[in-house]
Amino acid sequence: MRDKIVYALGLAAALVIAWNTYAISQLPDEVQQGAVFKIIFFHVPVAITAMIFAAVALIASVLFLITRKFQFDALAVAVTEVGLAFLAANLVTGSLWGRQIWGIWWTWDARLTSALVCWLLYAGYLMLRRAIEEPTQRATFAAVFSIFAFLDVPIVVFSIKWWRTQHPQPVFWGGGSFPPDWSRHFLYNMLAMVALGVVLAAVRYSQEESQREIDSLRRMAHAF
Amino acid sequence: MRFFHQVYVIAAKDLRAELRTKEAINAALAFALVILLMFSFAFDPQEETTREISGGLLWIVFAFAGTLVLNRSFAREQPNDCLDALIAAPIPPAALYLGKVAANFLLVLAVEMVSLPVFGIFYNVRWTAQFPELMLVVALGTWALTVIGTFFSALTVNIRLREVMLPMLTYPILVPALMGAMLLTSGLVMGKPIGPESAVWLRLLIGFDAIFTAVSVLLVETVLVG
Repeated sequence: MRDKIVYALGLAAALVIAWNTYAISQLPDEVQQGAVFKIIFFHVPVAITAMIFAAVALIASVLFLITRKFQFDALAVAVTEVGLAFLAANLVTGSLWGRQIWGIWWTWDARLTSALVCWLLYAGYLMLRRAIEEPTQRATFAAVFSIFAFLDVPIVVFSIKWWRTQHPQPVFWGGGSFPPDWSRHFLYNMLAMVALGVVLAAVRYSQEESQREIDSLRRMAHAF
Repeated sequence: MRFFHQVYVIAAKDLRAELRTKEAINAALAFALVILLMFSFAFDPQEETTREISGGLLWIVFAFAGTLVLNRSFAREQPNDCLDALIAAPIPPAALYLGKVAANFLLVLAVEMVSLPVFGIFYNVRWTAQFPELMLVVALGTWALTVIGTFFSALTVNIRLREVMLPMLTYPILVPALMGAMLLTSGLVMGKPIGPESAVWLRLLIGFDAIFTAVSVLLVETVLVG
């Protein structure tokens, strides 16, 4: 039953993204930047989804350390992995936009650098997991690292902001604004991206759970 | 009071063990010199350009050489199950951790104190111009390096690819602290005193040290005992 809900949600999210992508392509080009401006409909939702997932990973990690229930560990790894993929999508779309508007693929601007550092931090989380065999130790150390990583993110963001900044200010909180029908499409994409993330994380979560079940069965088989 | 005595005992034990074998400190020193040599090929060692990027270069040397010291910190306890004995000893894990941090801090600082004059001679950098301020920055940056490094040295001691995992996990976390230390060091070496603009970075360094010292002390029991 749970699987069916997850797949239905995934299908719905995919349909919304497909339809919305078409609708966005029909919108007029932005005056100064042209068609490439529309990448914001994907660039920002994936970034926000990645941030939400990083926060969920922190909560799951703390809950694991308190309760020692492996469900929270499975949740932490699921959302971290999916969040990392979304952050990668954010970096790639940003890079494409930068090539068009700035003429360069990458610049060591504050937001770009912070995003890259965050990506490296959470990639480190996954590398750490791969290096540890014993499940309890893996879950504990990974949770500890996740807490360190999350605490580091605001410090990284602020310090790099002091360093320098070139990234365009956020459209929503920084003064600029969307026409109303553009906001609607943005909102659809936002919801669809979060839904897609949730679906992917749910699939990863059940994989982790099955993996643990297989491991414990295998251990039982070896014990006899 | 008792706690500080326990910290002192662990730190003294670590320093004694290291000074008798000198395995980590010798390797770190030699490594620091090799990197300093490599830098002379990486860029034109002109006085002006070197000074502008001297903070960055120095802290790359410190971070790389420091990692060698930090890697040994807990790995040294593995033969004869010394680590298990230390954990079973009647001291809190925080004391064990802080003792090791203190010992590592002094060892890394010693490596830095040798690299600094060598750097000054090789690249004509007048690092003594604002010595007390520079020492403050070096101490704060090194504390950040050792607090995070020792914690992850404990975390990675039993895992595969230990030597690679330690820098891979710690450097991204250390980015803000290293950035601040690099900026301040470059300024000080170029003869600029710490003004209102760079004081932000000094505060960042102090804040970073305070936050991560507290978090590490809080979480170290989870890592060592489980």
